[in-house]
Amino acid sequence: MRERITQMIVKEFIQTLRDRRRWMLLFGAPIIQLFLFGYVVTTDVNNISTALYDLDRSQESRELARRLEASGYFNVRYAPQSPGEIRDLIDRGEVLCAIQINRNFAKDLKRRIPTEIQVIVDGTDSNTAMVALSYVTKVIAKYAWEYAVNTVGTVLSPPDFRTRVWYNPDLKSRNYNVPGVIASIIMITCIMLTSMAIVREREVGTMEQLMVTPIRPVELMLGKTIPFAIIGLLDMFMVTVAGVLWFGITIKGSLLLLLMGTSVYLLSILGIGLFISTILKTQQQSLLATMFFNMPAMLLSGFMFPIENMPVIFQYITYLNPLRYFLVIIRGIFLKGNGFVVLWPQMAALFVLGTVIITISSFRFRKRLG
Amino acid sequence: MRFLRIKAIAKKELIQIWRDPLSLIIALLMPVIQLFIYGYAITFDVNNITTVVYDQDKSSLSRELVAQFKESGYFTLVAYVDNYDDIDAYLDSNRARVAITIPYDFSKKMRTGNPAHVEVIIDGSDSNTATIAEGYVAAISLRYAQRITTRTVLPVMDPRTRVWFNPELKSRNFIIPGLIAVIMSVVVALLTSLTVAREWERGTMEQLISTPVKPSELIIGKLAPYFAIGFMDMVLAVLVGVTLFGVPLRGDIVLLVVLSSVFLFGTVSFGVLISIIAKRSQSVASQIAILSTMLPAFLLSGFLFAISNMPKPLQVITYIFPARYFVTILKGVFLKGSTLTLLWKEGIMLAMAGAIVFFLAIRKLHKRID
Repeated sequence: MRERITQMIVKEFIQTLRDRRRWMLLFGAPIIQLFLFGYVVTTDVNNISTALYDLDRSQESRELARRLEASGYFNVRYAPQSPGEIRDLIDRGEVLCAIQINRNFAKDLKRRIPTEIQVIVDGTDSNTAMVALSYVTKVIAKYAWEYAVNTVGTVLSPPDFRTRVWYNPDLKSRNYNVPGVIASIIMITCIMLTSMAIVREREVGTMEQLMVTPIRPVELMLGKTIPFAIIGLLDMFMVTVAGVLWFGITIKGSLLLLLMGTSVYLLSILGIGLFISTILKTQQQSLLATMFFNMPAMLLSGFMFPIENMPVIFQYITYLNPLRYFLVIIRGIFLKGNGFVVLWPQMAALFVLGTVIITISSFRFRKRLG
Repeated sequence: MRFLRIKAIAKKELIQIWRDPLSLIIALLMPVIQLFIYGYAITFDVNNITTVVYDQDKSSLSRELVAQFKESGYFTLVAYVDNYDDIDAYLDSNRARVAITIPYDFSKKMRTGNPAHVEVIIDGSDSNTATIAEGYVAAISLRYAQRITTRTVLPVMDPRTRVWFNPELKSRNFIIPGLIAVIMSVVVALLTSLTVAREWERGTMEQLISTPVKPSELIIGKLAPYFAIGFMDMVLAVLVGVTLFGVPLRGDIVLLVVLSSVFLFGTVSFGVLISIIAKRSQSVASQIAILSTMLPAFLLSGFLFAISNMPKPLQVITYIFPARYFVTILKGVFLKGSTLTLLWKEGIMLAMAGAIVFFLAIRKLHKRID
């Protein structure tokens, strides 16, 4: 049995690697994706193009403007002279944020009358808008607090909030996203490879030739999937090294645990590829089906959109998604240095999921051969 | 150019599409599923931030502070802990994202007029959520300070925020207009590139060439059915988006249809061009289609990730891809009600891209025939 499987694996490697264009698909595409995703998938918001309409022109209003600039988030590029000008700037997309300081800003502060600061944000990009609002609030709150402390000796002193950020102190989204990108790329590549390789054999007609050899269905299946498991691990290694070296991400946890996690992850990924191949006839169909699976799987995994913000039904659906579990594993190992103690539930879930899918598809695989 | 011959080719193509209903179903189902996921399941909104509280003071003032966090609606209290190790455990295992520590002398210090330090620890792994959470903390601290210091009358700055175009900051409104571009690119480019490559792969292209059909007629006839499918996808997406998800369509619907058709024409032509370049291989054609239309439409168009946040070289590259202009058009027409006076540049770029690709395709096909 071992002999036959080895032969099968050798044949598969020869077939896959013979075509130079396939090398591109196996190793070039993941790297291109890593760079594209790595650079583009960022939710950092800096240099918010801002217009400041200062009607007060007092020391206090200038101080607020200075603080906005000094925060590093805002780039005050325009000083409009009328509300109409603000409207125009936002309409044309020149600025994302407009801040209007009213005429009596300093006077009101001195007389301790609540003074309004108008903040207008272009909400087209809801996420950037939310982050911009969050920054504005932070800057104003800090200024208000310091102004109060410096000018009024208070009887009842308001508390000082000290915020500390753990695991990713600079709040760089790249540290969070690159591990996620690695996990997604492995899924995209491996499902497509497995499903198309098996379907191609059927489409071209060589499947019949294999069936007349003494090879048994289980051996055939193992021989078909093991090469892709190896390629998957290679891809994982390559993309991880590239991600760590190029993007300067550090891995805080154990590499051995990462290897373990990747192995159980590949189990379920290859199972899905195998399953797709058992229901479809042509390469075109299997390609479309792969895309059909990958898109929702990436969206409903916590890769870009936190799971806890989804409606409950969709949260349940995510439990069927291998990417969901692997993201927790890979991010935990990269960012937090989590050990097996923390990550075992995810590993167990992937193992169970993988075993179930592999079993179902091997039954279907045998039926289609018989 | 004869209309009759174009019609015959288009009819043949339609029959072929009809015979492979699975691909057609996926082509029409994929947009719907994506719309539902983007419309219902995922949002960039941040609420339900899981929080643990370590209240060492246990006074009425500290309870009031905790209540402020709960009432804000952004923070969900998971547990009260009574030592620092528990905070570690909760954050390590992702059971909480935020930990608030209120010191022993909190109320005492506040009563004696000394600032008490409230420590807020935020899990920074997901930098986006963390940034927004920081803003919420700042807003709540400001509000709390105002509330407990009413007796002393502090100078108050009141940020009045207003959001234009998308006042409730629904990520749905931001995503769905751009999604139309992604759906059309993915489905149309992929289908077109595959089916023409299949014709080459199977050798039926030679048969077509031996008929009196001219290259331009052949291409137009091939294009027409996929243009129709893409158009259907677009209408479907607009209808579902506007009626079911309440995405505002503020601009001119005729302008939308016209500019969409221009984009669609370019995409379909590009699909044909890919299939001519790919030389008889469906899997190569599909790879090129994914790398050159799907990924750029998803990542480099400003659909989800703001182009202004990308590194400069990548920003320059985005100008090559028509999806970029189309996403700008879609967002403008839907959310801002933009008219041609603002969008003519993008429209011209789309038309130019479409024309160039179309003529390239005809020339390449000429060469292959000779």
